[in-house]
Amino acid sequence: MGSLSTSRVLLIALGVIVLAAFLPLGVSGYILGLLTIAYYFGVFAMAWDLLFGFAGEVNFGPTFLIGTGAYTAGILDNLYQPPIWICLAAGAFAAVAGGVVLALPALRVRGPYFGLTTLVAVLMLQNFIVVDASLTGGEIGLTVPDVITISDTKNYEIALWFMAVSGAILFSLARSPVGLILQASGQDAVQAGALGFNVTKHKLAAFVISAFFSGLAGGMLVFYLGSASVGTLVDITVGVQIIIAAVLGGRRTILGAVLGAVFLIAMSEALRPIGDLANFVVFAMALVVVLLFPSGFFGLLTRTKEGG
Amino acid sequence: MAEGAQLEVKGLTKRFGGLVAVKEMSFAVRAGEILGLIGPNGSGKSTVMKLIMGIERPDAGSVRIGGIEVAGSPSHKIARLGAGIVFQHSRPLHRQTVLENIKLALLPDKLTRLFVDPETDARARAIAERVGLSKVLDRRPGTLPFADLRKIEIAKAIARDPKVLLIDEPFAGLTSTETTAFSDLICELRDDGRAVLLVDHNVKSVSRLVDRVLAMYVGERIAEGTADEVMRDETVRRVYLGGDIVTAARPESSFRDRTTPFLEVDNVSVQYGKAQALQGVSIHVHAGEFVSVVGLNGAGKTTLFNAISGMLPYTGDIRREGSSLRGLTAATIARNGIVQSPEGRELFVDMTVRENLDLGGQHLPDAEREQQIASLFDLFPILRERQKQAAGTLSGGEQQMLTIARALMMKPKLLILDEPTLGLAPVILEQISKALERLRQSSAITVILGEQNVTFALPHADRVYVLEHARIVWEGAPAAFAAGAGAAYL
Repeated sequence: MGSLSTSRVLLIALGVIVLAAFLPLGVSGYILGLLTIAYYFGVFAMAWDLLFGFAGEVNFGPTFLIGTGAYTAGILDNLYQPPIWICLAAGAFAAVAGGVVLALPALRVRGPYFGLTTLVAVLMLQNFIVVDASLTGGEIGLTVPDVITISDTKNYEIALWFMAVSGAILFSLARSPVGLILQASGQDAVQAGALGFNVTKHKLAAFVISAFFSGLAGGMLVFYLGSASVGTLVDITVGVQIIIAAVLGGRRTILGAVLGAVFLIAMSEALRPIGDLANFVVFAMALVVVLLFPSGFFGLLTRTKEGG
Repeated sequence: MAEGAQLEVKGLTKRFGGLVAVKEMSFAVRAGEILGLIGPNGSGKSTVMKLIMGIERPDAGSVRIGGIEVAGSPSHKIARLGAGIVFQHSRPLHRQTVLENIKLALLPDKLTRLFVDPETDARARAIAERVGLSKVLDRRPGTLPFADLRKIEIAKAIARDPKVLLIDEPFAGLTSTETTAFSDLICELRDDGRAVLLVDHNVKSVSRLVDRVLAMYVGERIAEGTADEVMRDETVRRVYLGGDIVTAARPESSFRDRTTPFLEVDNVSVQYGKAQALQGVSIHVHAGEFVSVVGLNGAGKTTLFNAISGMLPYTGDIRREGSSLRGLTAATIARNGIVQSPEGRELFVDMTVRENLDLGGQHLPDAEREQQIASLFDLFPILRERQKQAAGTLSGGEQQMLTIARALMMKPKLLILDEPTLGLAPVILEQISKALERLRQSSAITVILGEQNVTFALPHADRVYVLEHARIVWEGAPAAFAAGAGAAYL
């Protein structure tokens, strides 16, 4: 995909977003609702790809960051009802703080241990939420008194533009000098260090940025759904879906992650008639794509372009 | 110490567990000087380089770059103080172009730099021009020949304008024309006023370039001086050529299978991507014979052994007792009696000594296995004491003994020993040497020994092959080695 210049990719992406902006004119509120969720998942997946695809760190716990942001925003709203933007800012901040607390020690360990640490963090958060039910709503979930808006179209537009802006920031960052250093640190930390780059600093920065977007998107999703629950935001399987979306879309592409997220949610919906089997079929399809086209959807798209 | 030294090392020491990899090394390199740091594999020279660069932390001693103490600092700080390194293996970013790879090295260590300033581009192009990469600026590293990949590494290192430049095995894998071009480049870098440290295996490969040479062996300095002086040095000659060696070779005519030797390697070539690892190699080994394959690191010894063991694809033919081994799996070849004791040892480090041996003798009936273990404990008595200890906690020498013993548990007809002396102290070598001698006299086993340590390789051998740059360049009796092949080897 390196053959496509940054500006060209952004131009194509802009075209797609403009098209998507006109969707509310033609499709039902139900479909808009699905896409709204898909767009937030797209942000989760993009934030994850920055860590894995660029910094080379497999974060098995994206939902730790998302859940921290979502529940902080939700609980704050429940307790004091400040303006929603304050709740969102607090959620994003909490995710960043949680991310730093997790990443500082975790980045010291090598290989699979980083991934394991992030996995354990999810379990701890999940347990905290279930145990401290008076604050978090426990297993039933947390209902927030406010939502951003009840209009399907408005919610859709907010999600779309939020995703577009997040994507533009993450993508530009990945293609900037900092992104280049991050890739070098991910691929060969020894050499990056010998070239004078502080590898830990750069990886920590990637983690902070990933946490910020994850937490913010998590909070926004809460104020769209009107509730937060372990099953939709924190559970390990949610994290796995985010990872699959990012890999399916094409790792190290950032924007591909959105394609993967939309695909996953659209397929689950399309296959709903076959009942419980739907998830099985979706995951089987994901497996086939990952095995046959390891560069993902985005890789496929850009490859045909290169060929032509 | 030396006036105007850009790099000054004093009393540098590094231990890995019980092994002292570097022991109280001291030297200095002035601006505009090239120092060659040479030593056989496992002598600690690469560790010295990593200690200077901060990739490993020294246990004791001082490293000064331009007068500033850096020992124990993280490598990015040392890099910023003016040290640069050219790694032996090139590891470029494969999705970026050559130009982008060079630009990477020019970037500041800042999180706020979101746009490349235009000056960077011009500087990257100038550096590419200087190292001879301007024609391939927009290509991806994956599409380039090996020599160009090395140039990318040099370009990245000089992009940071280092005062001290460390270069690991500068000419490994290069052709002679490429070597000349590379040497010229290194001389230019010296003439810029940089202090250059070249790390390599032998004096010969760097003698044209270096102002001084420092020779190392098992972590210690053994000689220092001009290239000529070091080549004439008695200790160096003993380490590389084995000094006066008592050999006990049996003449080739004394083996019964003269017409069809036990093992025949016939015109075998192996290619690793772009690098030719073996080229038209032919050797033969008689049943009961002890053959040493001598060659420096990277000459192709391990590749040859892996080809014999069926672990990698090759052209040509390898025959055992006249029938081709082609098409047999590595497991079948090993089970049928051609067993390798690998260079990397590959012990099961979390299992005990006893469990490692039991695994080697898995296919033997219980009684036979017990008997074999008992005889190996006689051969290596220390292993009997260490039976219940995890293999990973053994010293390097003990691990090597266990590796050999585990291979012998398979009751091989042909035992391939790949670099058993790697990084071991002389006293351990002697123990292993004695064990091999007993083995040679008490059993009908056939042995191929791959070594760069001639002192160790010659006394046991009936015949010697010298492997250099993927080819067999000499074959003969061990007694004739120093006269016949020694000069090329030093």
